[in-house]
Amino acid sequence: MTTQVRTEPITVNLGPQHPSTHGVFRMRVTFDGEEIIDVEPIFGYLHRGSEKLAEERTYVQVVTLTDRMDYVGSMLNNQAYMLAVEKLAGVEPSPRGVWLRMIASELQRIASHLVAVGFLIQDLGAWGTPLIYTMREREKILDLFEMLCGARITNSYLRPGGVFMDAPEEFWPAMNAVLDELPPRIDDLDDLLTDNDIIFSRTKGVSVLTPEQMLDASITGPMLRAAGVDWDLRHRDPYDYYDQVTFERPLHTAGDNFARYWVRVQEMRESIKIVRQCEKLIEPGPVRPDHDDVPWLLRPPVGDAYAAIEHSKGELGFYLVSDGSISPYRCHVRAPSLINLTLLREMLVGELLADMFVSFGSVDINMGEVDR
Amino acid sequence: MIGLGLLKAMKVTLKNALKAPFTIQYPDRKVGIIGAAKNEGKSTVGLMATQPVTAAKAALSMYSVPVNIPQNRRFRGNEFTWYEDRCTGCASCAKYCPLGIIEIVTSPGGFDVQEGESYAIDKFDIDIGRCMFCGLCVEACPYDALHMGSQFERSKYERDALVIPVDELRQALRQPSSWFRPQFEERDYDPFRDGPEDDHYKTGRHEMPDQETLDQRWVEDR
Repeated sequence: MTTQVRTEPITVNLGPQHPSTHGVFRMRVTFDGEEIIDVEPIFGYLHRGSEKLAEERTYVQVVTLTDRMDYVGSMLNNQAYMLAVEKLAGVEPSPRGVWLRMIASELQRIASHLVAVGFLIQDLGAWGTPLIYTMREREKILDLFEMLCGARITNSYLRPGGVFMDAPEEFWPAMNAVLDELPPRIDDLDDLLTDNDIIFSRTKGVSVLTPEQMLDASITGPMLRAAGVDWDLRHRDPYDYYDQVTFERPLHTAGDNFARYWVRVQEMRESIKIVRQCEKLIEPGPVRPDHDDVPWLLRPPVGDAYAAIEHSKGELGFYLVSDGSISPYRCHVRAPSLINLTLLREMLVGELLADMFVSFGSVDINMGEVDR
Repeated sequence: MIGLGLLKAMKVTLKNALKAPFTIQYPDRKVGIIGAAKNEGKSTVGLMATQPVTAAKAALSMYSVPVNIPQNRRFRGNEFTWYEDRCTGCASCAKYCPLGIIEIVTSPGGFDVQEGESYAIDKFDIDIGRCMFCGLCVEACPYDALHMGSQFERSKYERDALVIPVDELRQALRQPSSWFRPQFEERDYDPFRDGPEDDHYKTGRHEMPDQETLDQRWVEDR
């Protein structure tokens, strides 16, 4: 004889001070047993008003704000902002500066993907070891950034038309050493995780998103490529000198957590290839335009400009409106983290409690960028 | 096949388990008797004979030696290096600071090696409690008077103590970082290796103008 147990859904507040939410993010989740039946994401706990602050700073001073938006991808943020400023002010960038910022941003992409992979595995419950492996490699890239610009996280390396200072002599051998060391380490990561049955059973077929769903929600980046849509701004709409380098775009068709992880690991290898090509193509010369051409107090003509790059998380765009003064009239950021989170409900409903933070981590969000 | 992937993963774990740890102990690390003897400048036997308490401590791994982590020379440190002889009091740094944390008060009647007669600096306060070390003030300085420093162990217990007043800047250890100062890299100056640089003539991008030029400028200005 079976007894009927009466159950009812329970609503749990997760966050904002939850160690697994990658920052201060709050979800109001309704569970039926262990199954998620409703998710309500609540943003805004890390809102610092970066867009508003940009309106009272000069165009160069805003660089320091972009560092703090996505703090694991500062170089990429700088690059997107500088492209927008150059478009707005009609600045012709210096070739060596552009190559240097491509090198810097590709290194930053590797570092950012390392963080994404490491924390995804940590969310799976592998406390420590894989995360420390990825952090060890990221540390070496941050050391390179310290050589370039004296800071590890808040770089502020780029300036309108190039970079603020040429790379020091010791940078190139150090970079080559890191690039030689990275592929075996990524292979190690592959051996450790990609063929791992535990990872398979935890991530395959979990939180599947179809390409149609993602295109409707304008999701970009590794999430979209994990579902088989070949959309990479470096290839589709080349900015800087990405049309002069060749690289492959790893695609996966599953669209689940494992595919997102797999695409990130493969993209690291492609980034290494791009850095190597940049190193061959770079030529001596000035790293930023003359002070007479690009003064420190830029006064772009009245108008607006939008420039977007392929950030490690998706399409990062800066929309700047100028009223002819020394500071932007309006600065809007199209943040990939925020827009990639819009399908969180579709991803999580029907999944289990244990998979919730794995799916959440596989989006690779950064709360500094979500709330800005 | 189920299990093969796990074996591959275990291989990686084993490979890394046999390696030395890459963790850097900071600010000090524990050493044994041999390390303690090296730090005290004695042989191991000598240490045990002369300082038995220290040797015993080291044997119980209670003895630690400080660890210095060398930074790169462009490192943007937690204090500023300022050469008063070079500063004209133009306040470009204060205008260029995104946070407005530099306070400058000047009065007529000073002298500097760049322009000859100029303003005297009465107040040059930097509130590093609010500073984000972007280095834009250093980039803005047209006379290479302000440099990023290279120190970083400078935490304080009070917020007020984080404001660097001008007197402290005058007496501070001058160990400038080469952030936005290519002249340092041209002559291969490394603050962590070469120590303080007190000679303000060596820190500029430009040659110092001779007395005749300075006099001529003085005439032209009037």
